[in-house]
Amino acid sequence: MAFKIISSQCTACSACEPECPNNAIREKDGTFIIKPEKCTECIGYFDDPQCVAVCPVDDTCVIDNSYPRYVAA
Amino acid sequence: MDNHAGEVSATADQARSIDQIMQQVAEHKGCGTSSEGGKASCGSSGGPEDMDPAIWEKVKNHPCYSEEAHHHFARMHVAVAPACNIQCNYCNRKYDCANESRPGVVSEKLTPEQAAKKVLAVASTIPQMTVLGIAGPGDPLANPEKTFKTFELVAQTAPDIKLCVSTNGLALPEHVERLSQYNIDHVTITINMVDPEVGQHIYPWIFYKNKRWKGIDAARILHEHQMRGLEMLTERGILCKVNSVMIPGINDQHLVEVNKAVKSRGAFLHNIMPLISAPEHGTVFGLNGQRGPTAQELKALQDSCEGEMNMMRHCRQCRADAVGLLGEDHSAEFTTEKIEAMDVNYDLEGRKAYQEAVEQERQATVAAKQAELADLEAEFSDVKILIAVATKGHGRVNEHFGHAQEFQIYELSTEGSKFVGHRRVDLYCQGGYGEEDSLQTVIRAINDCVAVFVAKIGGCPKADLQAAGIDPVDKYAHEFIEQSAVKYFKDYLAKIKSGEIQHVVRGDADIRQGAYIAA
Repeated sequence: MAFKIISSQCTACSACEPECPNNAIREKDGTFIIKPEKCTECIGYFDDPQCVAVCPVDDTCVIDNSYPRYVAA
Repeated sequence: MDNHAGEVSATADQARSIDQIMQQVAEHKGCGTSSEGGKASCGSSGGPEDMDPAIWEKVKNHPCYSEEAHHHFARMHVAVAPACNIQCNYCNRKYDCANESRPGVVSEKLTPEQAAKKVLAVASTIPQMTVLGIAGPGDPLANPEKTFKTFELVAQTAPDIKLCVSTNGLALPEHVERLSQYNIDHVTITINMVDPEVGQHIYPWIFYKNKRWKGIDAARILHEHQMRGLEMLTERGILCKVNSVMIPGINDQHLVEVNKAVKSRGAFLHNIMPLISAPEHGTVFGLNGQRGPTAQELKALQDSCEGEMNMMRHCRQCRADAVGLLGEDHSAEFTTEKIEAMDVNYDLEGRKAYQEAVEQERQATVAAKQAELADLEAEFSDVKILIAVATKGHGRVNEHFGHAQEFQIYELSTEGSKFVGHRRVDLYCQGGYGEEDSLQTVIRAINDCVAVFVAKIGGCPKADLQAAGIDPVDKYAHEFIEQSAVKYFKDYLAKIKSGEIQHVVRGDADIRQGAYIAA
């Protein structure tokens, strides 16, 4: 039910933060993190997950398999 | 797009005063005007009606908009805008960026509050600091809140500082109104193409309307926004400079079209920069072996566009947190930590007095050159040479050969002297002795020059330069560059005449790769 940010890849450019429709992204210790309980994978908002679409480094915002996929209510 | 027939109602007096201003503008740019309808010989094809007298007021103390001002005035960038909305093949966000839209490396990101404090600290310490730019490290207009907050804070406390912004143009149309409200009178747009077919090879994707667009669609949207943004800015009287990255085989020929397109939409200045594509930067172009242009390829393109509009040749492709005169960097003196400890006292009057003194100095530079130009021999009208100059600024030959981090290049002909670019070199002399390898780097960087003007030079490099066919000249130490250059050129012509030397065309030169990191 969530995306996560690979912190070693994150450039801390902050592009994802304002794009997230759920306000699930914030800065922590020099990189950005996604709060999994807030992330909806943008389902219900946009066709593409916004953090993935705007991130300048490929394979940095990825599905966190430790959470089940989000299902729209 | 010359419309010199316009303004029929202008009185003769008005026309004369505009001519005078044009002459003044041209002189300050380091070139005279010819008598043919006031057309500046340095490349402004526009008649007086193309150059509003107010423009001179806007550009005269702006190092990035006036070649002549860059010897005397400094600018700073604050890195408050890390996010970007497009991907360029010459930029790698993971390793910082190797090229223009966020050139080089940024040592630290700042909040708007930190940035405003830094601006005050720098402006109080460096009175010639007249311009604050926000150039990234991402795209300022992809970070509108941070960018505009910074401008707002600076305008409150340092109202004499000019504000400018550099953008890729994607988000420009939606922010033009706000830019004009914040009194931002200089905007730079990076435009590398006016044809999406070309653009798709430069921009792999853009982020627009909550979607990642790729290929030709991405390039088309970007192109449309750039053109609309440029038109909207010039309609509002905001001065626009266009930056283009020259990428051989991709957009080098096409940049002539770009030049025409931006000129017709009212851009004031065009800055064609060489691609930086070292493999270690990890950019697409760095990894796929895309080369940058040679010094002569770059100059040839700039020369061919110059008939259309003013060309900028003094760009240093500086970092998004650079501080100081172009080509020097004081950013290490103004880290957040040091600024926190500073007691900042903003002295508006002191700054004004300093800037007036600089104005007098620059007029003396122009006068000295004009006097020297008087009796250039017309019979050698086809002889053109390049010279390299080691300078610390103020328009004088005042740098030691071994300490020069760059050389300024002047083209000399019977038309006079013209600044045509600069060549960065690795510091040749470190710790007081020269190293052989770096001397070769310097020679390659100025290989197309006949002479190098220095304040001082050691015996060994002198001999090596002579062996490479470059004349090391230290007799103009601490004198005005352009006056000395014209003197040298007269001597050169006299020697050809007497048969003492033969004029030979020099070869090409290297453009140093890598982001500008001053020591």
